[in-house]
Amino acid sequence: MKVGYFTERPVRWVPEEVILKNGAHFAVSNKYFDRERAADDYNYWIDENCYAEELGFDVVALNEHHGNPFCMGSVMNVEAAILARLTKKAHILLIGNPLPVLKHPLRMAEELAEIDLISRGRLITGWVRGAGSEQFFNNANPSYNREYFEEAHDFIVQAWTKPGPWRYEGKHFHYRHVNPWALPYQKPHPQMWIPGTLSPETVLWCAERGYPYFGLGTALSATCDLWEYYADEAQRQGYQAGSENFGYLVPAFVAETDEKAQELGKGFLFGGGQNTFARPEHTLPPGYNSKDAIRRLSKQPQGSWLGVSGEKLKATQVEEKKQLDAEEIHRKLLPGYERAQKAHQFVIGSPKTVTEKLKTIMKVLRPGSIVVFNVQGPISNQDRQNSMRLMAKEVAPAIKEFAGTIGLVDAITRPPRQSKIQAGTKRAPVSDKGPLKELGLL
Amino acid sequence: MQHPRGRMVSDMIKATEETLNVDGTQLVMVKGGSGKPLLILHDELGYPGWMTWNESFAHERTLLIPLQPGYGKTRRLDWIRTYRDLAGFYSHMVRDMKLDPIDVIGFSAGGFVAAEMAAADPRIFSKMVLVAPMGIKPEQGEIMDVFPITIRTHLRATVADPAGTPEFAKIYGGEMTPEQFEAFEDARAECARIGWEPYMHNPSLPHLLQGLKTPTLLVWGSSDRVVPGGCIDAYKRVIPAAQVATIDKVGHRPEIENSPEFERVVSRFLAA
Repeated sequence: MKVGYFTERPVRWVPEEVILKNGAHFAVSNKYFDRERAADDYNYWIDENCYAEELGFDVVALNEHHGNPFCMGSVMNVEAAILARLTKKAHILLIGNPLPVLKHPLRMAEELAEIDLISRGRLITGWVRGAGSEQFFNNANPSYNREYFEEAHDFIVQAWTKPGPWRYEGKHFHYRHVNPWALPYQKPHPQMWIPGTLSPETVLWCAERGYPYFGLGTALSATCDLWEYYADEAQRQGYQAGSENFGYLVPAFVAETDEKAQELGKGFLFGGGQNTFARPEHTLPPGYNSKDAIRRLSKQPQGSWLGVSGEKLKATQVEEKKQLDAEEIHRKLLPGYERAQKAHQFVIGSPKTVTEKLKTIMKVLRPGSIVVFNVQGPISNQDRQNSMRLMAKEVAPAIKEFAGTIGLVDAITRPPRQSKIQAGTKRAPVSDKGPLKELGLL
Repeated sequence: MQHPRGRMVSDMIKATEETLNVDGTQLVMVKGGSGKPLLILHDELGYPGWMTWNESFAHERTLLIPLQPGYGKTRRLDWIRTYRDLAGFYSHMVRDMKLDPIDVIGFSAGGFVAAEMAAADPRIFSKMVLVAPMGIKPEQGEIMDVFPITIRTHLRATVADPAGTPEFAKIYGGEMTPEQFEAFEDARAECARIGWEPYMHNPSLPHLLQGLKTPTLLVWGSSDRVVPGGCIDAYKRVIPAAQVATIDKVGHRPEIENSPEFERVVSRFLAA
């Protein structure tokens, strides 16, 4: 098993009430940008990732978002390139480059090849469709999001593997002369791990290609369902899916005692936490979701942001947010904090508590890799590093040992699609909901 | 119950849906009324239903309202990637049906389509009515960005006074059923697909419209929040002979916000 480290590199100096008044992190005015603190923190995040390697994390994971103080990684490949040079052993996992919004797959192929070369083959690349808000930020037509994603991916794989020069005339991308003189160090190319939040279309796409799917803190029961769906498709493709096909990212924070961890872990709620990543109107732009997904959403019995429920929509209006104060919002968020911990979607506590909860996740989801997502909000570097140290020195060895006992193997150690399966044979399950039943989570 | 124009409800004209074959595409068209054909091009949110103004016009004209590909009933055509492509498709339809020259009323993005059709073939329309048309970048102001807002916000922005516009309830009555929601999302998705960039206009359109001789009426509501007056100014600049009818205190849907005035100015223009 691989254990990885991840942080969103949050902007820690933006006043929380500004985010709350805006109703979301996305679209907070950059008039609050502070160049001195940003310069400090961009350097700090590099140092923190190097520290993760020094502590023994197998993987350092980066992501990017745009126009959003939730995450300072706006151009992840820049950070990855620096880490490629500064680190020595850790795999550099990108979760992931938002292909549809970046619009230039040849340039992407070159950038990633350079990172892989500088790191001498430690890049694990990943692709995402980009959050809804990113489509607006980058003026990327959301109706073509999935087409851009698939065409850019197919093009990049060709650019890495097909000797040039050659000409490419696709639907959305056109290149007269494809002949990059930066090709990946790894042959035929770096592994691709695809992060997601359980879009069935993406899960299917991964299974067809044998790409590991990485659940981003997704609800455990639903994740089991989608992973079995992956395994069904894998069987149609002729292989038995296993732990190497799956990874899981989980918000996690450790301190010496449960009490201390619980207090500091509330940083995950900063500005409303992940639930206020972007306002509803920025979350699902027109055409961004498939027709099936729109149908699923529109039939949610409780209504949704979509306008099916006027009340819910009304509650998200910016004007109404302005009337609320930060303390009241925090009080309202606390039950959610507790629910998320009960559901194992936040794992917070002493090393013992965190180890046991991660073991439960491992029993249920059977991922080959786990990436822990460090806390958000204005938590000090010292507290962040303390959590990292406890995670690396006390938790990681225990969960790795446990992984060995239940046969969890990562995709680097055992590349996917190795285990063939005959048509008509009963495949092995890839998840186990048993522990969820015991925990009352079904 | 009296119709606003004095006709009895029993005289109401029934609109029907027909499916036409246009170059192999099954195009669904709403058809109603009798008399000389009148082409209606709906707006970016789709055909809103048979309204009072449709009923009035249908007593003297045969209304032909094609339901845009990708808007639910007519399947999406992948090769249509711009409003100009859509205009080309509708031009085929008009020629196939031997309707040209025909009178047209285009609403908002439908006005954009009509203008593209006229720019490509100046003889396709006998008269052209553009109601709050998109398609040309306004000289002042901006066309409202309708994509980073929810459908509810968008719909409410299309009329100056939602509560004071009874027919608006037929389009958006508050809560939506999942089916209605899905239809609006289809419309938004297709509108974004072909109108995302440049946003709901085509920089070459004003150049190609120069010198157009087709009698043209530009209708605009003085409280329109979606299409600014700058769009009307821009159209007027390239079609100097165009008449302009500004209807006071209405927004982006003058045809339902002040139907009598809308019917008056449009009927007079078409009859002249």
